Amino acid sequence: MRTLLTTILALAVLGLIAVALTGLVPARKTPVQQRVAGDFTSAGGQGEYVVRVADCAACHTAKGGKPFAGGHAIPSPFGTIWSTNITPDPETGIGSYTLDDFRAALYDGLRKDGTCLYPAMPYENYRKMSEDDVRALYQHFMNEVEPVSNQVKETRLTFPFNQRWAIRAWNWVALDDAGFKPRYNDLVRDRGAYIVEALGHCGACHSPRNLFSAQDGTDATAQAFLTGGEIDGWPAPSLRGPASAVTNWSAEELKAFLASGRNSHSGVTGEMAVVVQDSMQFLTSKDLDAVVAYLRGISGAAEQLPARNDDKAKQTIALLNAADPSMDLGPRLYLDNCNGCHFTNGKGAKGVFPELDGNSIVVARQGGGLIDVILNGARMPSTESNPMRLAMPGFRDRLSDKEVADLATFLRQSWSNNAGPIDETAVVARRQKLAAH
Amino acid sequence: MVATAKKKDVVIVGLGWTGSIVGMELCKEGLEVLALERGDDRDTVPDFRYPNVADELKYGVRYALMQKPRNSTLTIRRTLGETALPYRALGSFLPGDGIGGAGVHWNGNTFRPMAEELRLRSYVLENFGESIISEGMTIQDWGITYSELEPYFDRFEKVAGIAGKAGNINGKIVESGNPFEAPRSGEYPMPPLPQTVDALMFAEAARRMGYHPYPLPSGNASEAYTNPYGMQLGPCSFCGFCDRFGCFNYSKSSPQTCILDALKRKPNFEYRVNAEVLRVELSPDHKTATGVTYLTAEGAEVFQPADLVILAAYQLHNVHLMLLSGIGKPYDPVSDEGITGKNYAYQMTGSTSLFFKDIDFNPFVGAGSNGIVIDDFAINRIDFGAHGFIGGSYICAGTSNGQPIRSMRLPTRTQSWGGQWKQAIKEWYGHSMSIGSHGSNMSYRDSYLDLDPTYKDRYGRPLLRMTFNWKPNDIRMTQFMKTKIEAIAKSMNPDITESDYKSNGAMYDVRPYQTTHNVGGAIMGTDPNTSALNRYLQSWDVHNVFVMGANAFPQNIQYNPTGMVGALAYWSVAAIRKDYLPNPRSLI
Repeated sequence: MRTLLTTILALAVLGLIAVALTGLVPARKTPVQQRVAGDFTSAGGQGEYVVRVADCAACHTAKGGKPFAGGHAIPSPFGTIWSTNITPDPETGIGSYTLDDFRAALYDGLRKDGTCLYPAMPYENYRKMSEDDVRALYQHFMNEVEPVSNQVKETRLTFPFNQRWAIRAWNWVALDDAGFKPRYNDLVRDRGAYIVEALGHCGACHSPRNLFSAQDGTDATAQAFLTGGEIDGWPAPSLRGPASAVTNWSAEELKAFLASGRNSHSGVTGEMAVVVQDSMQFLTSKDLDAVVAYLRGISGAAEQLPARNDDKAKQTIALLNAADPSMDLGPRLYLDNCNGCHFTNGKGAKGVFPELDGNSIVVARQGGGLIDVILNGARMPSTESNPMRLAMPGFRDRLSDKEVADLATFLRQSWSNNAGPIDETAVVARRQKLAAH
Repeated sequence: MVATAKKKDVVIVGLGWTGSIVGMELCKEGLEVLALERGDDRDTVPDFRYPNVADELKYGVRYALMQKPRNSTLTIRRTLGETALPYRALGSFLPGDGIGGAGVHWNGNTFRPMAEELRLRSYVLENFGESIISEGMTIQDWGITYSELEPYFDRFEKVAGIAGKAGNINGKIVESGNPFEAPRSGEYPMPPLPQTVDALMFAEAARRMGYHPYPLPSGNASEAYTNPYGMQLGPCSFCGFCDRFGCFNYSKSSPQTCILDALKRKPNFEYRVNAEVLRVELSPDHKTATGVTYLTAEGAEVFQPADLVILAAYQLHNVHLMLLSGIGKPYDPVSDEGITGKNYAYQMTGSTSLFFKDIDFNPFVGAGSNGIVIDDFAINRIDFGAHGFIGGSYICAGTSNGQPIRSMRLPTRTQSWGGQWKQAIKEWYGHSMSIGSHGSNMSYRDSYLDLDPTYKDRYGRPLLRMTFNWKPNDIRMTQFMKTKIEAIAKSMNPDITESDYKSNGAMYDVRPYQTTHNVGGAIMGTDPNTSALNRYLQSWDVHNVFVMGANAFPQNIQYNPTGMVGALAYWSVAAIRKDYLPNPRSLI
């Protein structure tokens, strides 16, 4: 979500047009998209479940803070965005919001007072939310969440990004139609589409950005939808097409990854680890199946998994097994630091040590994720099915910038991997970034 | 001023293997469970992280993961006539410290005792007659049978993720397992580890002599494994830093790898570290415990009320706490009365080193419980009457330790410093192996634990006093093993052979490391006059106190204790759940 901040860049482009228009047209709230009974009451637990799937806590609960009381810092190049208090506290939270006000925040990114939220709030996706779920969510926040008086810090970005009115112009070009329209004539895949495209807002990270830094399509009818994005130098891997994990993993493996953060290929890292921990692991088995069926459907995943480049993999394995002391620095560092868990075949151990051969973080165009993991390590989230917080230690105290670069380059070009090298300067930059945080 | 904490349903003293097991199982009952651990919190990352933990000087020599004698120790004497002196420098045994306890720093050898060992006294009486039980030997039956415990061995092996090869599944003998073991309900959860060259040479030699080699049952994972709690192990990389170290590779079975992350998720579980329990508090009639009193890291004294008290500290500390709290009458070796402290026992070990000029053993490749074992001279294979001792050993070879300092085995005549030493290292490093005997140790009237009359700890409590010495029965046993091992060694044609076994007159020496298999002192049994705990590990005297661990062993088995300790914890907590909680009382 924090990469949505880059959308702010587009505001400058649109600034002048916006100046002209915003004065003339008042902000308009999107109306109800579906008919529901006036006395609609959500089923017990529905609101809480929607909160989990939509992962509201990810931004609105600060580390160590009260649930949904806001104040979570989202760093951006233009300053820190502080998430809002969405508890029903009337003064500092959303206690005074009507259902229509609440829907406008979800659908249009509008606060009660009509000012614009920064699109760190994924209203591009939430505007597809069903009226049932909007109401379940509203009733949950109003009745079941503890009101907390917490005046969060005001977001103060630098000019021109502090001009919130300009976001209205961006909304005009960025936002698709509100409401979700089933298109598969298949209850399972349509449910999966709804979770991925609307509630789960997966596209916010996993879709590329267009000219205006908006999500390049918000449903599967758009070619670019879910074909990969970037967060803070990390890849948000493509969830579509022949090179994606969706295509290369079995349905069962994909489901295991979402439910437990691990499967026989990989272990979840980076922002996605938090998503699994706070959101995905709570999905019902049926909903996970729906997500998997939908993703595999739009990828055209075949039952027969594609073959990897075995000859190249064998060369790497032979090089490592020979353990010739005169070998290059990259493979030597691999043997000294990585081999104990990931082994010379780069396959790791199923569900415990991630596979490096074909790993999307390892071979991503963006090297930031790989460098960060080598420097800082990573830890799997604790989930109901797999409670263990398996961790890889960081190597920042042990490896120099050049060593990290050589090791990362080795990983990207070994076994069947075939990605570009990592430069030492990229490591220096990541180290500085980590030190700054 | 003693503060009183909010009452808990259960308080557990010590968060190692047994504390974790009991915590996990009692949390399933919805009880509010609190574990008090006097050491530090510990997790794989950062505490055992690679490469920092592979520091032999810090962990292998200076014992960073062990209890510090200045904080906690005991006094030791060999005979009733000696004055016991404090164990000021760790040597003979190494009690672990912190979350995970000894389950962090062990090697992982995980055996089940033989069925005969659990009813040893009856087995001896039935087969050899009372006359072979020597004067002063106080061996007893455990009050529980192997078949009753079988499901709980199975449970512990599945939780701990043990790699091995069964030799007897439901009475059917299985090729390449141990044919002399008691029947198992199923195969081990993981296949055995690959073996190092010394183990393979030993297996070959043993087979040639008609013995029955089998892979050492190992708490070092041979493949990726998920246990019944959803906890995970990864395959062992044979790094050689196992015994005395935490595992950086998630490969060694431990509370950290097998239980703790699952336990920490339970909303009704809480643990506090640096919380040292001083005593168990009893009701005025001494029939029940009201809770425990502990010290916080800041030195504040806190009374923690609880309905159920589980002692899950190390064997020595469980007995110490019972003596300090007045649970059970202290044992008196002169009158042979009392129960708490009775039947302390240890482990009788010996080994033969074999030096081969022309064989490279690659001693830097090792796993804690790598090895090949024979049970051909184990307890149910020996005619005690004919050989003149009660007991037995398993015999084993393998590379459990790949650490450079401790792996430099040299012929004993070598100078221990200077040029000759360097020359010998060049000549012999990587060219030797060892065959070991790991044997039983019987219990005796004058081997026991009580409170020291002289020395006090930093809180003013009397130290625990150990009275222990080697006895002729057990020395005859180890000398018997020497002859068997030397015969195997000879058949392997080494250049040099050297043996190290206790011989007649040997006195217990606390300085060299022997083993951290201290047992007994709060033993289980069938009679409240001769045991401190009933067959469910429940105190006969204070019914809401259950005591886990090797303190329950009436004498020591020939195997490493952890398999038995784990099974007993599952057995005990099953009885607590099924019988005790619905109606708290003495279960027998």
